[in-house]
Amino acid sequence: MAAQKMSLSKAINASLRKALENDPKVVIMGEDVGKLGGVFRITDGLQKDFGEDRVIDTPLAESGIVGTAIGLALRGYRPVAEIQFDGFVFPAYDQIVTQLAKMHARSLGKVKLPVVIRIPYGGGIGAVEHHSESPEALFAHVAGLKVVSPSNASDAYWMLQQAIDSDDPVIYFEPKRRYHDKSEVDTAAIPDPLHAARVARAGTDLTLAAYGPMVKVALDAAGAAAEEGKSLEVVDLRSMSPIDFDTLQRSVEKTRRLVVVHEAPVFLGTGAEIAARITERCFYHLEAPVLRVGGFHTPYPPSRLEDEYLPGLDRVLDAVDRALAY
Amino acid sequence: MTVESTAARKPRRSGAKRTSAKRRTADQPELVQLLTPEGERVEHPEYSLDPTPDELRAMYRDMVLTRRFDGEATTLQRQGELGLWASLLGQEAAQIGSGRALQDDDYVFPTYREHGVAWCRGVDPVNLLGMFRGVNHGGWDPNSNNFHLYTIVIGSQTLHATGYAMGVAKDGADSAVLAYFGDGASSQGDVAEAFTFAAVYNAPVVFFCQNNQWAISEPTERQTRVPLYQRAQGYGFPGVRVDGNDVLACLAVTKAALERARTGQGPMLIEAFTYRMGAHTTSDDPTRYRRAEERELWETKDPISRLRTYLTAQGLADDAFFADLEKESDALAKRVRDSVRAMPDPDDMALFEHIYADGHPLVDEERAQFAEYQASFVSAEEGN
Repeated sequence: MAAQKMSLSKAINASLRKALENDPKVVIMGEDVGKLGGVFRITDGLQKDFGEDRVIDTPLAESGIVGTAIGLALRGYRPVAEIQFDGFVFPAYDQIVTQLAKMHARSLGKVKLPVVIRIPYGGGIGAVEHHSESPEALFAHVAGLKVVSPSNASDAYWMLQQAIDSDDPVIYFEPKRRYHDKSEVDTAAIPDPLHAARVARAGTDLTLAAYGPMVKVALDAAGAAAEEGKSLEVVDLRSMSPIDFDTLQRSVEKTRRLVVVHEAPVFLGTGAEIAARITERCFYHLEAPVLRVGGFHTPYPPSRLEDEYLPGLDRVLDAVDRALAY
Repeated sequence: MTVESTAARKPRRSGAKRTSAKRRTADQPELVQLLTPEGERVEHPEYSLDPTPDELRAMYRDMVLTRRFDGEATTLQRQGELGLWASLLGQEAAQIGSGRALQDDDYVFPTYREHGVAWCRGVDPVNLLGMFRGVNHGGWDPNSNNFHLYTIVIGSQTLHATGYAMGVAKDGADSAVLAYFGDGASSQGDVAEAFTFAAVYNAPVVFFCQNNQWAISEPTERQTRVPLYQRAQGYGFPGVRVDGNDVLACLAVTKAALERARTGQGPMLIEAFTYRMGAHTTSDDPTRYRRAEERELWETKDPISRLRTYLTAQGLADDAFFADLEKESDALAKRVRDSVRAMPDPDDMALFEHIYADGHPLVDEERAQFAEYQASFVSAEEGN
């Protein structure tokens, strides 16, 4: 299998399969990941091929999933734990923040915890409460964790391989509304480093920075803006911890304007950190303040209102216009 | 809760045993006991033990040295050498008994009070003091002694122990995992989840609950309406209450539970019924919430004095043994005191060490900025 077109969800499945083949210490664990293949079918067929010992249906207890994943890692395993939905990660938040993130440091480097936590996240699928959230900033804020989110099938495949190879705990946020989006995946390629941002579309007038599900919105916005004669550069950040500020800085020094887009609430979100750091790094290059487009300071709304809550093409273009008007 | 035996007295000789009387009242269920508070050997129908005189003396020594080390740590805190200390005073038998039941390849997940278990695992007591002095958050190598770092968030480690045990089972290894927690932790969701996972996967883990009657100021009645060992039944594995101040009973029950786990029979819960003779930590003041009479009652059940009584009565230890042990205790206390006082503060730049295994650019950037900031003072001083 070299290059082939596949959906983002199939790419994750293929990546998990590869990891299970490559390393007998890799185990997959989570609610319904076995026979059912996960509620999104991401782990489809894996238990059948690798057995119940390696693809483990767990009790319905998220803290238990992460806590026992830590124990398995201490024993030398490389667990890939699935949290079924973004809003269900919080029972495990204590284990992730107080235990998983800190154990390498508090053991003075003697203990490594190569644990990957996969979390389908974000809205746009008409789901009920607690199924559409974007809690990435709550994890990126914690030293000891690494936080990434792919935006396309190729990144989904490779970034998961790299996350599983990493000796650090990695929170891997899957843009669930992009699960069915197809693109080319070259399983023989040499991938970009896990935490490197990538220029997804080159432009000259303004930089749009996004990650995960919002990359598509940003690219669509750049396409629409091009029709109006505006050249937008789109940077797919791919990683929220660490953030590749060097790539972003190079882009902003060229375009002199930055708009950051994410589904998560704007207040104290990833965009806030980016705005502060890019302002520090590019103060004399900037023609406009860094603007942010994201969720409001409200709970994620009922699905009939989610189109108003989520940054869409028009809200992104509105911010672009405001930035260009300075 | 004094123990009355109905068995006829026999002439005292080494190994002389009586049969334990049934003792069950409405609120105090039977507990496994092999050595009464009065220092008399009794037998239990399910848990037997035939320790050699050497083993008995060794456990006595373990308990005495642990208590001495613990007391020295409390003193060091009072003298400002430690920021905090969580004393194990009164729980020596629970910890030495269970700790000596372990085999080398078994693995221990402690709370922050398992100084006696650490001793059994061969962790240098001085290493335990680093985190209480504030020079690190642990820092010993867990894999050197199969003794995990202390865990401060209550109950979290029971899940780590369960996951580790799941890995042991996957490996097909015949070792077991011993998870410590307390009566307060029994209310934590993580402990409940650990019980569930351990039961569902039949993991080779033994849950060792030291019920020391107090979770800081809250008595066990604030945590449970049933005896804690009975919780196991709801999860589908056995639970047993043992006299936590009886080192022989703790050893016998833990040995049996670990052996059970090693042979694929799954988890077990042990509730060691004991008493926290001291404060929760050096920051606590138990006079605000418990009566002195309660402590005085437990004083009569002291784990060390009952074994001393037995050793003496059986002629298994003479004055020279006790005198030598006293000297050894003094030497240990001195070594601990000297080592702690000599323990250096970490280098400033240790702030940025080991945060990630594979590094992180933000940490690198902040390290460099901080180093430059620090250096700016040095050059300013040189400039003056």
